[in-house]
This record gives sequence, C-alpha cells and structure tokens, in this order.
Amino acid sequence: MQYVTFTLGGSLYGVDVTRVQEALRSHVRTRVPLAPVGTAGLVNLRGQVVLTIDLRPRLGLAPLADDAEPMMVVVQVAGEPISLLVDEIGDVVEVGPERFEQPPDTLDAELRELILGAYKLEGDLLLVLDVDAATAT
Amino acid sequence: MEDMDDIVREFLVESHENLDQLDQDLVALEESPGSRELLGSVFRTIHTIKGTAGFLAYGRLERVTHAGENLLVELRDGKRSMDQATTDVLLRLVDVVREILTAIAADSTEGAVDIDGVLDAVGRLQAGRDGSDAQEPAAAPSDTATAVETVADAAAGTEPPATEAPADAPAAAPAAGKPAVRAADPSRVIAPRSARVAASAGAEPPAAADALAQPAPAPEQPAPAAAAPAPVAVAPAPAAAAQPAAASALAPTSASSETSIRVDVELLDALMRQVGELVLSRNQISRLAGDRSDVDLVRSAQRLNLIAGELQEGVMKTRMQPIDHVWSKMPRVVRDLAAACDREVQLEMVGRDTELDRGLLEAVKDPLTHLVRNAVDHGIESPPERVAAGKAPRGLLTLRAYHAGGQVVVEVADDGRGIDTEKVAAKAVQRGLRTPEQVMLMTPPELMQLLFLPGFSTAEAVTNVSGRGVGMDVVRTKIEAIGGTVDVDSTLGEGTVWRLRIPLTLAIMPALTVVCGGDLFAVPQVSLLELVALDGQRAGAGIERIQNAAVYRLRGELLPLVSLADVLGIPVEPGSSTVIAVVQADHQRFGLLVDRVLNTEEIVVKALSARLKAIGIYAGATVLGDGAVALILDVQAIARRALVAEGEQHARERRGATQEVAERVVEQLLVAGIGGGRRVAMPLASVARLEHVRIDQVELVGGREVIQYRGTILPLARLDRVLGVFDSARKDELLLVVYTRAGRSVGLVVDEIVDIIDDDVSRHSDIEDAGLTGSTVLHERVTELLDVRAAVMAADPAFYDVVVPQQRRASELETAGV
Repeated sequence: MQYVTFTLGGSLYGVDVTRVQEALRSHVRTRVPLAPVGTAGLVNLRGQVVLTIDLRPRLGLAPLADDAEPMMVVVQVAGEPISLLVDEIGDVVEVGPERFEQPPDTLDAELRELILGAYKLEGDLLLVLDVDAATAT
Repeated sequence: MEDMDDIVREFLVESHENLDQLDQDLVALEESPGSRELLGSVFRTIHTIKGTAGFLAYGRLERVTHAGENLLVELRDGKRSMDQATTDVLLRLVDVVREILTAIAADSTEGAVDIDGVLDAVGRLQAGRDGSDAQEPAAAPSDTATAVETVADAAAGTEPPATEAPADAPAAAPAAGKPAVRAADPSRVIAPRSARVAASAGAEPPAAADALAQPAPAPEQPAPAAAAPAPVAVAPAPAAAAQPAAASALAPTSASSETSIRVDVELLDALMRQVGELVLSRNQISRLAGDRSDVDLVRSAQRLNLIAGELQEGVMKTRMQPIDHVWSKMPRVVRDLAAACDREVQLEMVGRDTELDRGLLEAVKDPLTHLVRNAVDHGIESPPERVAAGKAPRGLLTLRAYHAGGQVVVEVADDGRGIDTEKVAAKAVQRGLRTPEQVMLMTPPELMQLLFLPGFSTAEAVTNVSGRGVGMDVVRTKIEAIGGTVDVDSTLGEGTVWRLRIPLTLAIMPALTVVCGGDLFAVPQVSLLELVALDGQRAGAGIERIQNAAVYRLRGELLPLVSLADVLGIPVEPGSSTVIAVVQADHQRFGLLVDRVLNTEEIVVKALSARLKAIGIYAGATVLGDGAVALILDVQAIARRALVAEGEQHARERRGATQEVAERVVEQLLVAGIGGGRRVAMPLASVARLEHVRIDQVELVGGREVIQYRGTILPLARLDRVLGVFDSARKDELLLVVYTRAGRSVGLVVDEIVDIIDDDVSRHSDIEDAGLTGSTVLHERVTELLDVRAAVMAADPAFYDVVVPQQRRASELETAGV
C-alpha cells in the first residue's frame, strides 16, 4: 500500500495515495460563516471552488494559529475534491501489511473513529487517516 | 434506448413535437373551422406519423392515424364541419397516438395501448353522417393517402430530390400558376417540392396556398389528369389548397434539416460550463489589466471582454427555447378544462417567442399549467355568472411573457372574479393557518400571500381540476427552486394576475458584491431592488428600532432591516454598516445591512459542498475577478430565517396589539388629565385598578421611580413626563393607573381621572402606530389616545419582553413621538 504522508500536530498521518488528487501550498481561504466546526473555508483551485477542512478540532488539537501557513492535501471524497490543512507534507511511503496494526486501544475514542490503523515505521508511527470519516460532519 | 434504432428515436422526437403542434392546431381549428392552413397542418402531421409508422411497421399506430386521416379528409373535402364532436374525437386520437409513442419509447413496441375505443369513436362519428356519403370518402382518401405517402417517403427518405429542390425554387416562387399546373402532375414529387421550396423561400405556407388557389382555372384543367393527389371530383379551390397541405408535410423534416441540426443537450451543458470558466478568466484578466498602464494589454483585455461576452451570449442562446414550447400545450389544456367546468374561455398568448433556458423552461411547465388550470377553474366565472356581473360571457385568459430587467416575466391573467381577500382570511383561519386576530391585522396584499401557504386552497369543493391539494405553495416552491419568484395581483370582480419572474439562466448571473465584516459576499442582482447609502458621517443614522427590529424609513415606508453580520454571526463594530441593499424576498421587501458595496459582476454559480449546503444561507459560491472565492447569499433563505424570527416577534407584538384592539371594541375609555390641560384616553380594559399613593412612598431604584405595592415592586411612569407636559403641579399624592399583564404590573402616574366614556373606535387613527395613537374628540374636548404600550415601556422596558437591551428605551420614546 502506498500512502501520502503528512504531519499534523507532531504526528505522522497517511492517506491512501489513490484518494489524493494533489498536495500544494495553502491558498487564500474564504471564511464560511455559520459553517460546521472544522470548516476552514473555501479556496479557488484553478477556478474550482474547493472546501477546505481543518482536521485539528477533530483530532483534538488546538486550532491553527492565524498566521500559520499550512499546506493542503486535496483528496477526493464522494467525487468531490476536499482540501485538508496539514503542517508539512512528507514522502509517499510504501508499506507492507505485516507492519499494520489496529489502532491502539489507548487512543482517544474520538480519534479512533478517524484512524483506520497504524503502520510501524522505523522510529515513527504512521497513522492511516480515514478520509471519509474525517471529512464527514 | 440504447438498442433503439436511430430512425425510431428520430421519429419519436419529431412526432412528439408534431403532436404538441397538433393539439394546438386542432383547438385553433375548432375556433376557425374554415382555415385551410390549419387543416393542412393537422393533415400533414397525422400523415407524417402515419407514413413513418407504416415504414417502421407499427401497425396499430398506422391504423389509428389512418382513421384520423380519413376523418380529416372529410373535413378537407367539406363533407364534414369541424364541430365539437369531431374535435373531441380528433383530440382523443392524438392522445392515443401519444400513448403509443410513449409505449414505443419505453420498449420499442407498441405495447398494449387500446386503440379500438378511438377507432370506434371515429367510426361512429363517420357513420353519423349520411350513409351513402360515407362510402365515397372512405375510398377516395385512401387513394390520396397512398399518393401523398409516396411523396412523403420520397422526400423524407432520399437525398437527391432535396438537392434538386433549389433549382426549382426560382421557377416555382415567381410563377405560381405554373407550379400549380405541375402540382397536379401525378408524377408526384415535383409539385409538393416546388410548393415547399416556395414556402421555405420566404413565402408563408398560406401565401403559397393562396398563390395556388388563385389561378383557379389553371389547376382545373390538369385536375382530371391528376389521378391521385387531389380529391378530383371536388371544386378546384380545395384541390389546390390540398396541395400545399401535402407539400408542406415535408417541410418540417427537410426544410429544417437544411438550416438546423439537433445537438445533444449534454454537449451544450459542457459548452456552457466552459464558457463560464472563460468568463471567470476574463474577469480576472480585466481586473489585472485595469491595474496596469499598459495600453496594449488594456486594449486586448477589452477585446477579450467583448468576445467573451458575445460568446457567452451565443452559447446561452443555444440553450434558449421559446416559451411557446410550454405554451403550445395550453390551448388544449384550456379547452378541455373549459368544457369540463362549463366555462367559455378565450386564450390569448402574447410574447410566445420569448426565450428561456431550456432547463428553466422545463421547470416552469408544471407551475404554469397549474396556474392556467387554476385560472380557468377558479378565476373565470361561468357564463351566466359573468353576464350577471356585466361581463362578456366568454372569459379572457391571457398568457404574457416578456423580458424585464434580466428576467423573464410570465403572467397568467384572467378577467374573472378575482380573489376575495375576506374569503382568503376566513379560509386561513378555518384551516388553522392563522388566528383571527392575525388576519384582522393583515393588509390585502399580505392576505393574498396566504394563498401560498402549504395546505391552503380556496376552492369551496375539491374538484378534479385544480383543487387537488396541490396548492400555490407547490407553484412557489418550484419557481423558487430555480431562483424565481411568484406574486399575485387581484382586483375583486375584475380579475387576477399571477406573475412569475424567472431568471434567464442559472449558470451565469449578474450579482452585486458586498463586504460584511471583512468578508465578501455576492447578492444576486435578481433579488436586488436598490441600494441606499446611510449617512457616512453618522453611520447607523436613519435606522430606527421598533422592539428589537431595526427599520428604515424608505420614502415614507418602513423597511425592515436585517443585518447581514447578525444573520451570519460575524462580529462587526456597531455602526459599521453603511449601505442598505434593498432586496425582494418571497413577498416582502427588506433591507440587508452591509458594510460596503464593491461592484457588480457576472458570476458563475458553483455548487456548494453538501457540508455547506446544509447551512441554508448560501445559494452557492463563485470565483470573483481577483480569484477570491465569494459565497452567494440566498436572499430568500435569509428572509425566511431573519424575518421569520421577526415575524414571530411581530406576531407577539400583534397579539399584544390585538388585545388592545379587542378591548377597544368594547369602546370604553378611561380619560385622565395629565396636567397642562391635556387629557389622554386609554382603554379601560387594560387597566387593572386605580391607586392613590403618597409621594413619600415613592423610592428610586436605578434612577427609576418605584413603589412597593402588594409585596412587589411597581415601576412607575409619569405620563406627564413621558408625554412632555412640564408644568404639572407637584402634589403630595400620586394617582396611579395600574396596568397588569402576565403577572407584571406598572403604574402610570396621572393627574386626575376625568371620566370613563364610550368611544367610537372607527374614529381612531391607525392603532398600530407607535406612540400616541392620535387624538379624538371626547366630550367636546380633544383627547389624546395613549399608546399604552409605549407608556408602559417607559416605566418598565422589559414589560413585554424579558430580555431587552437598555438602549431601546430612548429610541422607544423617540418613536413614541414624545
């Protein structure tokens, strides 16, 4: 399996490479008043209006600082592109199933819903993000 | 559809179009039975279907159309006149044909559509004629049919004759007499073709018919030779007229194929999307160019601007269809309905070539049909009723379409009985949609709006025509779904006009960009009425408050204001709003308070992610010229959200007011002197009791006078101060009028109680006015009518509403006009 990796609040996350459309520098976001928590706004992606989601609230992290310049990972969810705000974009890694583990029981219940499992890498743990769950309201 | 033959598909598409035309023609033919042109059109349509049905081996369809053709031949030969029975049978026949076509569309077979019924009907109708006569037409038409059929097949199926056609055209057009001779030539093709070419060369088919008919002697001679095409035995005029009928039978197929093509709608949609993108890029480039001083760039940008605009218009036009596509069904609808409800209705259609985006056209079809049905069923009275009302027995139903302000307006107007707002009110109460108090306070236009409430129907009885529980609310919902609006004007006894306003297209629309709290939003121009700039020096000036609701006096009328920042929950500094965008929602105008207005732009509407759609305030998003994304506001939704909240409050207020109204009906007023020789009157029923208190009982709480009263604190309001009387003498004792409501009491301090009198309510000015509600003459003295509400609020601002901003008090008094 191949995963696009990124860091968010110090942890390493991975998204199935087939779901990722592109990764790019963040764009100017248009706020959406009254939008559900975690909605980071709308961006103009080459003329297409794309919803941006900040995963931090869902992952139990403090919201992004106002002056932060995050990166965007654009994923396909139900045929619609959705951009996820992340701290740093990492490599595309290929991992074998033998390294896969179910999410650890100690994981926060809310977080568990968003994590499909973890791969044990050398010196690091790759948490596989459930894109559908993470982008659902 | 996948495995369906192309020919069959083509046949279906064409036939459906033709059938619509047929409906229309038949109804028109009933109106003017002598019209050769209409008869020709009907004949040719039936014949074309019959011919193709035979070719494709749809036996039932062929039999039905053949029967219809026989009947038509009788009409054409003058052996039968177009009476109602004939029209009924022919229309029924059209319905059966339509059913069969639907069956064919479903599974390529004719299915089990019952054709015997209609064949019997045709037979009976024909048998009803003179028996000896019936024999003859039966034979003759079939001959005619076959001959014309050959013609049809020849032209429809083969290319060469069509290419030859232009060559004949010049000859045909100028010398009408000549082709007329040839027209009778049994060697078929030439005559119809030349006639057709003459027609398509600019002459109207009727003109061609006339041209052929006039040189009567000419066709007469060759007529005997012409074995088949014309019913020979008959007078020459019909014979000649029959020619163009047959001739133009070919016109729709061949003539249109020379100048138009069928294009897949998906392709047009794709083009439309791409043009949308182009428009966006153009906007961006225009903006960039505007910032530079490079003349060439500016010029190129302007050129691009122009071309993109024209292209956009052109592509939009490809999707445009005349509203006639929908209207063409109306004559039939009206006819059937008028017959069913014993009405006489004349249908007029104005502006039938007004064009609309095809998607929108589809969407207005049902609402429009509903309105038409409604107008015939409920709007137009029965002939005796009309005569009694001094009108012509025949009602007039007018469909009118025109462009106005970037929208298409479609009106359905009748000259019927009009809408009785009293009945509407009564019905709304009966249905439990509104309380009697509420409707009592409503203006006629507001009452009219009740028609759009779900579950409302003014029909006395549920008829199978339009009172099927599908009310105007459905019409409104459907029209609003495409960004349109519906309203209604009605004068009792004179008629009703339903007006639909529909955007030209959905994909691209002009919008106003506004700023609110640093964010950009787009307001569709469609709902925008005007912009009002608030005085820049004193932002917020001119805004007044009634209860919690902000209003603005726009040319003397109160305009409810909705702060966009409040609706969206955006924190803004108070008074930052400098512009009121006056917008039209469902049935109400309101002012949307925004910080600033930027400009107007053509925006391309992009769908919102489902996650954001649920918010229900945004109609979509768009990319502006500078590349920024802006949310498009859904004005209707904002109105519903913001004004419903206010509406409820209104209702509350009104309930309060209504109490007073109800009490005034009792007509008992308490008249009190407040010093300075002024007298005020207040409804006695609102008074709990009168009390005398010593001045030293009065205590101050937070700058407000109160007394301890029956174990509670009673706030006081000195009416003399509230109403601006300053020369009242100080007294040791105060006279209180105690007003109690919902467990709370206030004391209104007056000078003396003068009297309790009966009063004629009708002499009062509008009781909904804030402040003193006016004055009246009581006991030959001018007495001011106290606005109890305002006075009570002066004592206890929270009296009517538990949570009340402090600031309101001052403005409340201001509005009270004191």
